[in-house]
Amino acid sequence: MNKMISIIIDGKEINAEEGRALLWVALENDIFIPNLCAIKEKARPSASCRLCFVEIEGHPRPVTSCTQTVADGMVVKTRTPEVDRLVTTAFELLLSDHRLGCSKCPKNKACALQRIAKERKLKLKPKRLNKFVKDYPIDDSVDVFVLDRNRCVLCGRCVWADHHIAKVGAIGFSQRGIKRKVSTFGDKLLSDSSCIQCGECVKVCPVGALSFKENHKDKV
Amino acid sequence: MSDKKLQVEKKYLDIKTKAEEIIPLKEDKTVVMVGTATCGKAAGAIDVREAFKEEIKKRELNAEVVEVGCIGHCYAEPLIVISKPGFPSLCYGNVDEGLSKMLVENYLEGDDPCYEFALVALEPNEEFPTFTDFPRGAYEGKIILEQCGLIDPEDINQYISVDGYHALVNALGMEPGEVIETIKESKLRGRGGAGFPTGKKWEFCANAKDPVKYVICNADEGDPGAFMDRSILESNPHQVIEGLIICGYAVGASDGFIYVRSEYPQAVRRINAALEQAREIGLLGENILDTGFNFDIEVFLGSGAFVCGEETALINSMEGKTGMPRHRPPYPAEVGFRGNPTIINNVKTLSYVPHILLKGVDWFKGIGTPDSPGTAVFALVGKVENTGLVEVPMGTTLRSLVYDVGGGIRNEKEFKAVQIGGPSGGCLPESALDLPIDFDSLQEAGAIMGSGGLVVLDENDCMVEIARFFLDFTQKESCGKCTFCRLGTKHMLDILKEITIGQGKRKHLEILGELALDIQNGSLCGLGKTAPNPVLTTLRYFMDEYEEHIQGRRCPALMCPELINFYIVPKKCSKLCSACVGSCPVEAIYTREDGLKAIDLEKCVKCNSCPAACPPEYDAIIKVSPPERVEELEKENA
Ligand SMILES: Cc1cc2nc3c(=O)[nH]c(=O)nc-3n(C[C@H](O)[C@H](O)[C@H](O)COP(=O)(O)O)c2cc1C
Ligand code: SF4
Ligand code: SF4
Repeated sequence: MNKMISIIIDGKEINAEEGRALLWVALENDIFIPNLCAIKEKARPSASCRLCFVEIEGHPRPVTSCTQTVADGMVVKTRTPEVDRLVTTAFELLLSDHRLGCSKCPKNKACALQRIAKERKLKLKPKRLNKFVKDYPIDDSVDVFVLDRNRCVLCGRCVWADHHIAKVGAIGFSQRGIKRKVSTFGDKLLSDSSCIQCGECVKVCPVGALSFKENHKDKV
Repeated sequence: MSDKKLQVEKKYLDIKTKAEEIIPLKEDKTVVMVGTATCGKAAGAIDVREAFKEEIKKRELNAEVVEVGCIGHCYAEPLIVISKPGFPSLCYGNVDEGLSKMLVENYLEGDDPCYEFALVALEPNEEFPTFTDFPRGAYEGKIILEQCGLIDPEDINQYISVDGYHALVNALGMEPGEVIETIKESKLRGRGGAGFPTGKKWEFCANAKDPVKYVICNADEGDPGAFMDRSILESNPHQVIEGLIICGYAVGASDGFIYVRSEYPQAVRRINAALEQAREIGLLGENILDTGFNFDIEVFLGSGAFVCGEETALINSMEGKTGMPRHRPPYPAEVGFRGNPTIINNVKTLSYVPHILLKGVDWFKGIGTPDSPGTAVFALVGKVENTGLVEVPMGTTLRSLVYDVGGGIRNEKEFKAVQIGGPSGGCLPESALDLPIDFDSLQEAGAIMGSGGLVVLDENDCMVEIARFFLDFTQKESCGKCTFCRLGTKHMLDILKEITIGQGKRKHLEILGELALDIQNGSLCGLGKTAPNPVLTTLRYFMDEYEEHIQGRRCPALMCPELINFYIVPKKCSKLCSACVGSCPVEAIYTREDGLKAIDLEKCVKCNSCPAACPPEYDAIIKVSPPERVEELEKENA
């Protein structure tokens, strides 16, 4: 174990192990920082959701807390106008291509997007940007769970779970840019892939994109 | 001089003496050099080469035809240089098979250099002007392009004969730390875009604890319209190789890579040939020049996506992973290829290295500006007279680049802007023309040096459309990993599209500006961070054009098809001509009862053919904006 150091987050003094990622230090101390793609066990964070911005004294601009390791004496603010502006825009961008409809979503009330909206007082239906229409067919070809790409935020947690917990390699990302999506090898249905239906990916999905079929019972 | 230094010096002298014996001595043989880099080839250089060979053979002359790279005057390709004993070396442009045959007959066989066809002489002489007698030559100052187009890139001896690999010898005679110190002192900055101090980067890498290190030359060059790295690799590959070996020696690496995009087959071929030759004479491989330094270079073929030029994506791609960026830090100089400390430098950056070690730090710092020493290489394209590859000292003004080097705006049109730095660069207006070209001034003005693309725009270019065009490129090239770039650039592009078709709203300008700043500050890699530049700079300098589009539904440059109409001015139209009728692909032009021509706007697809077809003496077809302006004109002219 590394030596323990002390940092200040939002005025609160916190002891932490030197070199750990700031995001996890904050979360473990009940300081909320929005995040979707963060995986504690992953050596190099993917830093792709762009929600975990914080301000650190001495840094000219907000930085992502998942990529920032803590050092003694560090002074961190999780809320500043600059941070809030970036987080708001990133959140609005993510929602601009997210199929909303919480009441029909199996993840209703357990969804990371809802949590972020609540904590940061953000709207789930922002007005500033147009909505992109995504219309991926829903893959319910396997018995245990459903993959609805229209609700996916591309956090990559399922891919990581598939590769590192289940160690199967049934899913990955395909396509580039705006077309990026989670898919099986050759873009086949899950039932035609090497998926063993262990459900590890479903457990880590922060939103309603991957859900167990049993949670669909009271939905349409 | 230390023993080690003396020893390598001696070894090099042997190599150089041999090289000089092998290459044909200019003094007693006529040599025809044909520029066969990609630009020359595209213009027909291979036919020219064959025409010379054939004609020389037919006339049984003692002359040699060799292939060289590009000398940068792309507007005049195919280009050739003839060196004949007793005459200055002369360069001829726009050469075709006919001219080739004529030159063989009149000049090679006879003694008439056909000055009327010559562009320029390469050495000072009594008969014909040299580059420095032309404005462009006077403003240019070539370092890394100096030998391009003048030496045979496939013959290492030619490079050696102009002091090639001497800098490597100097470096090997020094301690690696001294080499780094020299590069640091020279204040050389990376030419891959960001201008990071090269010596500092090398020092980080050299100081990293891991014993295994790598050095990589970034020759991905994904910017559309950029071709300087290709040109350097095709015209003088040894210069880059020498720079990379020196870099390897300085940081303590024994493996080097050149990451070239696979769309550059000619460059790849010439690099591979050059590597082979360097190995043969002991400049590459085990125990280089008996100094105990081992270093070899491998070529890696890139897959072509623009973002693969970003250093962390490039490393991922070399490791067999998807070519997507990762978060920095750690920087590659600490954790790079295969997790080891890795230097990644651009082709141009490495090309300066031999020159600095050979001619000294003071010489290098004497060129350019204090904070950006050396030269800047640009692919000058767009609405200027002389397009091509140019190399000017840093600190040259944009005005000088456009008017003196580029020869001014084509067709006497009015200058509007320069788009500088590639798709992620910015558009700078007339008022910025006196800005000195250097990393910091450009950045301040909202543009970037980037990889050195420079597009000159005139009054007929719509700045909203230009912003849309470049953003369209970056949006398509976004890897899609991070939120801001994947979704943000798409929203911006959609808004720009709406504005160019006359559906823009006031609030759009605000949203564009906000998104642009957030994408700049929030994206993961340089692609996203710089993608908004064309929009930010056009909003900053050409806001009036945006407003015209939105409020007046008008495109002031008459470029956005949805916002213009074509109109045939009755007073100007000659009843006797019907050139326009035939030029229209959709038969929208008809003859009125009175014999004048008119356009059926329902059918017109706004292809721009008819104004070009109307003979200049009539010049009767105009574009108008907003489109409804046609109705007013019809009434006025009824
Ligand atoms: C989207 C993107 C594309 C890039 N493409 C290139 C390229 O084609 N060639 C290049 O040398 N650098 C490119 N770079 C810059 C590299 O990441 C890196 O900074 C550079 O190779 C370092 O070399 P230098 O220090 O010699 O400038 C690119 C950067 C980004 C963000
Ligand atoms: S399916 Fe869920 S876990 Fe997988 S990338 Fe999408 S949102 Fe993330
Ligand atoms: S900024 Fe764009 S290109 Fe770079 S990581 Fe993000 S999505 Fe990919």
